[in-house]
Amino acid sequence: MTATPEQNLTGAQSLVRSLESVGCEVMFGIPGGAILPAYDPIFDSTKLRHILVRHEQGAGHAAEGYAQATGRVGVCMATSGPGATNLVTPIADAYMDSVPMVAITGQVPSASIGTDAFQEADICGITMPITKHNFLVQSAEDIPRTIAEAFHIASTGRPGPVLVDLPKDILQAQTSFAWPPTLDLPGYHPTTRPHAKQIREAARLVAEAARPVLYVGGGVLKARAAAELRVLAELTGIPVVTTLMARGAFPDSHQQHLGMPGMHGSVAAVTALQKSDLLICLGARFDDRVTGKLSTFAPVAKVIHADIDPAEISKNKTADVPIVGDCRETIADLIVAIQEVYAAGTRADLTGWWRQLDGWRDTYPLGYDEPTDGSLAPQYVIERIGRIAGPDALYVSGVGQHQMWASQFISYEKPYTWLNSGGAGTMGYAVPAAMGAKVGRPEATVWAIDGDGCFQMTNQELVTCAIEGIPIKVAIINNGNLGMVRQWQTLFYNSRYSNTGLDSRRVPDFVKLADAMGCIGLRCETKDDVDATIEKAMAVDDMPVVIDFVVGEDAMVWPMVPAGTSNDEILAARDTRPVWGEDDV
Amino acid sequence: MTTRHTLSVLVEDKPGVLARVAALFSRRGFNIESLAVGPTEHPTTSRMTIVVTVDDLPLEQVTKQLNKLINVLKIVELDPDSSVQRELLLVKVKADLATRSHVLETVQLFRAKVVDVATDAVTIEATGTADKLAALIKVLEPFGIRELVQSGMVAMGRGSRSMTGSENRLRSAS
Repeated sequence: MTATPEQNLTGAQSLVRSLESVGCEVMFGIPGGAILPAYDPIFDSTKLRHILVRHEQGAGHAAEGYAQATGRVGVCMATSGPGATNLVTPIADAYMDSVPMVAITGQVPSASIGTDAFQEADICGITMPITKHNFLVQSAEDIPRTIAEAFHIASTGRPGPVLVDLPKDILQAQTSFAWPPTLDLPGYHPTTRPHAKQIREAARLVAEAARPVLYVGGGVLKARAAAELRVLAELTGIPVVTTLMARGAFPDSHQQHLGMPGMHGSVAAVTALQKSDLLICLGARFDDRVTGKLSTFAPVAKVIHADIDPAEISKNKTADVPIVGDCRETIADLIVAIQEVYAAGTRADLTGWWRQLDGWRDTYPLGYDEPTDGSLAPQYVIERIGRIAGPDALYVSGVGQHQMWASQFISYEKPYTWLNSGGAGTMGYAVPAAMGAKVGRPEATVWAIDGDGCFQMTNQELVTCAIEGIPIKVAIINNGNLGMVRQWQTLFYNSRYSNTGLDSRRVPDFVKLADAMGCIGLRCETKDDVDATIEKAMAVDDMPVVIDFVVGEDAMVWPMVPAGTSNDEILAARDTRPVWGEDDV
Repeated sequence: MTTRHTLSVLVEDKPGVLARVAALFSRRGFNIESLAVGPTEHPTTSRMTIVVTVDDLPLEQVTKQLNKLINVLKIVELDPDSSVQRELLLVKVKADLATRSHVLETVQLFRAKVVDVATDAVTIEATGTADKLAALIKVLEPFGIRELVQSGMVAMGRGSRSMTGSENRLRSAS
């Protein structure tokens, strides 16, 4: 039911009323010329908290962190031209990782569009390939409907970023406001109910398979289906692997969890997929970092592929049983259907499969060697943070070696405790995303686990954290290098370290930098100090804390499937190829 | 197998829709052979006819990606055997006193028509399938083609069913 419209307000006031009405509580942004009219009513709003960031990229990643930690739509705002283009990286990141986000940008006045006006950029054109949808608002009357549509599109179906571009004259125009508006999206109908026939067929395959694997992706988290997944896994006794985007969807401590698959996955998880006769893919997308060389990936497996996005199904790997639908509904229906098949007497014995899986898991557990040069092991630091902060804390990582170690050596027991940039691999994600996550989950401890390279890309948001009272904790895993790139140079470029040395153990001084930004800065260089330093940081709850963990530069991420090769070529450690044995599958 | 596919795409008549569709094809690595867009019997709906040469499997992928565009309402692949497919050709041909009657004879044979006459040239309008128009051009070539412009293909399924009919149901259901 639409209420009587309020008259005589500006487009900007209509925008703020719309954001309040759609349930937006927090937004991250920076004002500027074209978006300036919107900031006047934001100043008056009691429902909408605007957090003034220091760079628009920080606003975008903060919106992502907020969205990934809470499941709500993250909102960022910027002005036209460079303000808007600075949002491009986080928008692309949100698109790759299906993060619900609404980006609101100012635009030059309608009459100036196309004239190369000051601070003009065609941000709708620029973001067309990296948004789920975008809008250039043509009339102030359209503002409430457009905002409602943007939030609806961002948060339903396969979530993703939506950009709303608002010309300045439209923000200044007189208009009326009524809520709720009627959505006009005749071409948007996400399929959420899975097809019953496909569910039955999938259930039959699940019950008959001798070597099945539940290949779980981020879609399970997006669908808020972690509880259903656990029921399905325990009902069937099938092993589970969780992708980088799905860490936390299934408890790491669970006996059926084999860990993460992919380039730096566990030997057991990678091998389970390779030797499987049935992949039950739930909300994952057969990314190249998971499959390795696609033609040799899981060569004998049949594939059940459940995803809410029909375009993902059979995109990379042909599905034998495609299921389009919401993961939670799909899993719930599968549970019932599988119980029926079991009741009818069909159920394959998985004892032999588990014997093999346990063998691989016991022979090739995740681990690392202590550095021989006496330096601090980065894996140890990360492992200790996970132990001390525990399973209720949120862990937000950047991109690189520290990201892989954080996914490997922290035990994720609960959904939405692991946030990272998976698809896009955006260095600089951690600090602003941790800020957004802390805003969304103020009661939780939020750790950013960052590299010294990543940290130097977006650390300015620590100023925002200090001033806005957002007490995140940042662990810089400082190896003085672009560590992952250096690892590849070690392995594939004959140890020729071209442009990977950052010298960041000398410059900048991260402790002083943290102090200058209004944070507490700590440094830790020895194994003996690790626990005490982490505990010192844990004891602070009113200021951001930065710890400069000075670690060795030669540590490498293992296991590893070299890029472009088959998962069968996995190296458990340098020069260590697992031995499968002749009678293995 | 690589074959020519004709896609009829109903879209909302909104700014930027053509750019969204065209950009999708290029970023997914597909070449559009021809694209025609125009209004339909519904004032808020436009219809695109897109001809693309692509394998069957990638075609399925591009159709799914097209369907994800918010402004795309419906996509139908038109089978050449059960649809009418037409292109429009305008061609300016040299035609002096000596050759004019031969040119006009060709126009008659192809059921084309002359839409403009000058002292030394005629402009011919023809519609038909790509094959028919190619044949006409081949016959006209010896006379001397001065200028040629050709539209993308438009196409429609044969029979009484309407592609836009179900779109109305979609709209009312939403």
